[in-house]
Amino acid sequence: MARRQIHVSIDRLRGQRDEPAPRPQKLPSDDRACPTCASTFRAEEMRHNLNVCAACGYHWPVGGRERVAQLSDDGAYDELWTELRAADPLRFVDIQPYPRRVEAAEAKGTTEALVCADARIGGRPCVIAVMDFSFLGGSMGSVVGEKFARACERAADRGVPLVTVSASGGARMQEGVLALMQMAKTIVGFEVLRDAGVPVIVVLAHPTTGGVWASFASVGDVTYAEPGALIAFSGPRVIEQTTREKLPEDFGRAESQLSNGHVDAVVDRRELSGRIGRLLGILEQPPPATASLAMSLAQNGTERAARMAQALPSIPRRLRQRVLGGEPPADGGPR
Amino acid sequence: MKPPHMGDIGGRFRRFRSRLGGSAEPEADDVWKAIQLARHAERPYPLDYIARLMPDFEELHGDRLQGDDHAIVAGIGRYHGRPTVVIGQQKGRDAEERVFRNFAMSGPGGYRKAMRVMELAEKLRAPVVTLIDTPGAFAGAQAEINGQGGAIAQSMQTMMRLRVPSIAVIVGEGSSGGALALGVADRVVMLENSTYSVISPEGASAILWRDAGKAQLAAAAFKPTAANCYRWGVADAVVPEPEGGAHTDHDEAARLLDGYLSRTLRNLIAIPDADRVRQRRDRFRRLGAYRELPTGGTAIVVGVDDPRPAPGS
Repeated sequence: MARRQIHVSIDRLRGQRDEPAPRPQKLPSDDRACPTCASTFRAEEMRHNLNVCAACGYHWPVGGRERVAQLSDDGAYDELWTELRAADPLRFVDIQPYPRRVEAAEAKGTTEALVCADARIGGRPCVIAVMDFSFLGGSMGSVVGEKFARACERAADRGVPLVTVSASGGARMQEGVLALMQMAKTIVGFEVLRDAGVPVIVVLAHPTTGGVWASFASVGDVTYAEPGALIAFSGPRVIEQTTREKLPEDFGRAESQLSNGHVDAVVDRRELSGRIGRLLGILEQPPPATASLAMSLAQNGTERAARMAQALPSIPRRLRQRVLGGEPPADGGPR
Repeated sequence: MKPPHMGDIGGRFRRFRSRLGGSAEPEADDVWKAIQLARHAERPYPLDYIARLMPDFEELHGDRLQGDDHAIVAGIGRYHGRPTVVIGQQKGRDAEERVFRNFAMSGPGGYRKAMRVMELAEKLRAPVVTLIDTPGAFAGAQAEINGQGGAIAQSMQTMMRLRVPSIAVIVGEGSSGGALALGVADRVVMLENSTYSVISPEGASAILWRDAGKAQLAAAAFKPTAANCYRWGVADAVVPEPEGGAHTDHDEAARLLDGYLSRTLRNLIAIPDADRVRQRRDRFRRLGAYRELPTGGTAIVVGVDDPRPAPGS
């Protein structure tokens, strides 16, 4: 990804004075004040800076589609499976009926807590699956499980990597034991990727807790975490209630999970797309053996090998040119 | 739907069927009754079943990494003529033992012990039976630091990959990922009065109602009974318990479980390994219930029967 220009609001200076920080509710609707340093940003600047505080590096939550756009080259992607919607198998009612919660969440414009898409990162095609914390706390119900499994199968079929971003309170209570089963379903998805030899990159965003951390999110091939993200099976509040332990401020945060050995790197959101793009380059397999065989035969001048090379659509364009010589094919050649 | 496993038990057959199928949507009181039976202080625990089903059981200890988690018991014994691995979550019978067993809430070390013993099963071509009975995985700082989430996920992966047959039995309460970590088997079966849920009623009460006292209400909302789990496809079979519950007669409860286990293991062993692994994956791949909106049409519900019109359709 080309580095975007980072805009810093002069409003941040407000936070450096002794005056109390401006209250977020007093701001015009789309503007936001940083909860840690009180810098204030216009919506436009927030977008440019990927919802990261330009002054102190605080990471705000990012919606599912916005996140997919941030990761994808030129912000371009094709969203998948938006027709899948939550059902209510238990006819679940707590303080309000589950379908009403779903309707309220859908009214905000997202269809579920997981957004899947075909996209490219750093020029390389991949399947992206991103959780949206704003949809019922990013909770994992049947739709999330189904979309996640489909994303894994699609990546395996096409031989392209899966890039997934987690942000979830865990399994979706309102779907009861069927929500619990989605944990196993995501594990099935990863088994399919394993058989296909396709890499999966997990990005842990704030928060990644409960059944999501205890399923796919903790068993990626390469695992990045965003600064400050809470990553835990049981959150600090639950632990303090259960065991009366007093926990340090940074308990379960990305930085301590790095030193605990549970993540590979803590990566700033502004570096994320570039870092993933570079990683996809490292993980890419060399061209198929048939292509190099065809090339070596062609170098020995056999006509048959040249025909063979022409028939193989999987040979990268540059290689094909070297085998056949002359101009690249008129259709622009394979990717 | 195929009928649940009944065992060859004559008159009990009809009584059991009427108890199981009598009301598809049990009343709140019935759900609460099931939860209390599932947690009954005299209910048989894994070691009680093991003592009756494989008297020469050799218990194995430790995760070969940092310690021995007493919430999970694991080992190998002879069962119907072949070595068989059993892994169970063990609650304590009295106050002292409950503390020793940490109320069957294991840390990552418990799941790592389970995985280590599953590897042994793989080597010996021994079937794996898990006996599930836990309010959930332990919520503690050290458990988090040692990788509670990863241990649960890896335990699921290990079970998903096993080339030997496996059966998971919910013998008491199966709550949260702590239960599912041992629940990814070829067959998942529940005892008649056991429960299986995404969270314990107390936990749900605190989170959804923001009030620790609403456990009964939460139980009624989750309906985590064996009959319902069977209806949802989460359980493949329901094994009857002695009249009044498993706690009334441990020997009879073990005999009824033995009937199901021995027959099902025999059937599973007959399936080629690769097919069994594929069928296990397919089983968990299918579970769930969602709507699929065709453009401009009405919603179809995939998964569980839901006769009610979907919102917005």
